Amino acid sequence: MNSAYDVSHFLAGLMLVASFALLYQDRILAVLRTFAVQAIILALAVAWEAWVQDRPHLFITAGLAFGLKGFVIPMALHRMIFRLGIHREVEQVVGVGLTMLFGLGLVALSLSLTLKATTGAPSLAREGLAIALAIILLGLLMMITRRNAVTQIIGFMSIENGLILGATGARGMPLVVEISVAFSVLIALFVFAVFVFRIRERFDTVDVAALESVRGDRQ
Amino acid sequence: MSPGVYALIAIPFAAAAILVVLPGYRLTAALNVLASFLTFLAGLNLLRIEPGADPYLIVDDVNIVFIILNTLVGFTAAWFSASYIGHEIETGRVTALSVRFYHAMYQAMIGAMNVALLSNNIGLLWVGLELATLITVVMVGLYRTPEAIEAAWKYFILGSVGISLAFFGTILAYLAGQATLGDGLPAMSWTLLHANAGKLDVALLNLAFVFLLVGYGTKVGLAPLHAWLPDAHSEGPTPISAVLSGLLLNVALYALLRFKMLIAANPLAMRPGPILIVMGLVSLIFAAFMLYQRRDIKRLFAYSSIEHMGLITFAFGMGGPLANFAGLLHMTMHSLTKSAIFFAVGHVAQAKGTQRIADINGLSITHPALAIGLGAGVLAIAGLPPFGIFMSEFLILTTTFAREPWLAPLPAFGLVLAFGALLLRMQGMLFGAAGGASHTVKASPFPFAFHLVLVLIAGLYLPGSLVNWFERAAEFLG
Repeated sequence: MNSAYDVSHFLAGLMLVASFALLYQDRILAVLRTFAVQAIILALAVAWEAWVQDRPHLFITAGLAFGLKGFVIPMALHRMIFRLGIHREVEQVVGVGLTMLFGLGLVALSLSLTLKATTGAPSLAREGLAIALAIILLGLLMMITRRNAVTQIIGFMSIENGLILGATGARGMPLVVEISVAFSVLIALFVFAVFVFRIRERFDTVDVAALESVRGDRQ
Repeated sequence: MSPGVYALIAIPFAAAAILVVLPGYRLTAALNVLASFLTFLAGLNLLRIEPGADPYLIVDDVNIVFIILNTLVGFTAAWFSASYIGHEIETGRVTALSVRFYHAMYQAMIGAMNVALLSNNIGLLWVGLELATLITVVMVGLYRTPEAIEAAWKYFILGSVGISLAFFGTILAYLAGQATLGDGLPAMSWTLLHANAGKLDVALLNLAFVFLLVGYGTKVGLAPLHAWLPDAHSEGPTPISAVLSGLLLNVALYALLRFKMLIAANPLAMRPGPILIVMGLVSLIFAAFMLYQRRDIKRLFAYSSIEHMGLITFAFGMGGPLANFAGLLHMTMHSLTKSAIFFAVGHVAQAKGTQRIADINGLSITHPALAIGLGAGVLAIAGLPPFGIFMSEFLILTTTFAREPWLAPLPAFGLVLAFGALLLRMQGMLFGAAGGASHTVKASPFPFAFHLVLVLIAGLYLPGSLVNWFERAAEFLG
């Protein structure tokens, strides 16, 4: 049983490392590849949970994470990036060093918070939940520190990765929810894609800063 | 579970599937109204059937109030939307194709909200609310103007962040029940969680509530999580502003209330009341100040929605049968009045060709009927008698004075502040010399008049059966 803990913690830890990598990448294609790697690790982690908890239907979630988020979505975004001609550097609002420091702080926060609050929960779920929260918070940080619309999409999807990791770590959580999460990611991509194309159509840029000129009340 | 309950979900989704393939906006608009009316009838039907719960769906006193209110406003907003969209097509702001999707999405959104309101499963509740949000995001961006895209983007980003946190909270709530209720569906069933609330893991429950509060609180539009709300209201089509204010905010509040009941039923967990009171008061007073600086008419009423959601949250935070009763009544009155105001505002904006308050003037000369309607709506929302909002606000304030006298000046201050702002803005729009563009508008007065008459009747006389029904729901809310 010890190896069950070790492997799932190892995979969750790898996802956390990928989240940090997402924070410091400054080229849009590298961000995309890092996201794909994180999604594939998620697929492995979910598959491992499926095997350890003996819940074969979790393999569906693993398959969705692997196929959809590991390959289909990154490839679609990749095509989009080239079609829009934005395969350049990403503008960051806050410097990399400061962002990483913030990130470390968030991880410490989520570990201390979750480990303290979940003393009653089964121990396999505890650390998984703590790391899932850390991944969610890092995803939020990424969405805040990037101005580019495509990187915001990726930040949002990495939040979803954290959510799925947390949901599968919670033993016996019904399948309804997992399918719905996968489904919502699909819808999210659809919505996002529509927006990105519309943003392009209107502004000739996917830099969100261009949108901010119309903020607040119109004069 | 009686089959009549499933109709509430089946009718809108079936209508959405049909509407997406039908051409012609006249036909689809009429079908949209018809489907919304059938959903409303299905909602009324809930009064006849025995309350009960199965692993997925629940019908009890609380959600019947929400569902009937929701389906009613869904129906009248569809009616209003038919005349509004007709005008938008004539002026070329929307294309026939986007109108077709608009109607299909309208039905899908009503269906998703009914899923959220009927669900007994905390995961299903989340799915319904998330689906409704995503659909409204697309609808807010319908006009494709830069402002509309910015508003939809902001709404989407903030909405998804909120919904992610709510989902994490849902996982935590499941874990809190897992030790007692076992793995799988039982630990996600709200009725079972509520029945065993005393045995849930306290630390996990507390943490879950914090996440759910921030997550669903974003959807309710509580300050400081409200940033998406004014943009989404002002840039989308007006029927959607009416639906956002009158329905979606309520559904999010409903989700929050379900979890509030859960945590309140556990004696060892933290008290949710004070947090809700503080967030409600902050939203109320902040929004009341913001009302003074608005230049856009729909933005003005969006901030007014934040103000009223704040007051409702405050009332539910106070808790107890009387405050809950006042909160439910105020929620009902606010939904009816605010959607009526947006109906009027939609036609005013079409008549004047602008949403800028400074460019809307002399309405009482150019469009007397619209002026009377808008004026009456504003007087009602500002809380003047004899309208129902006066009564619910009065109830909230007197309850506060009776229970927490030192707290009462704060909501009173916020309400007076908002009252002043609304009258100030309204005076310029209704009276004074008429200037600028002026178009004739073919508007159906029914949806608007129907809502205001209901609010007026509620202000003058509440039938005993309605009072009993609200009292039962308030009792249950704890």
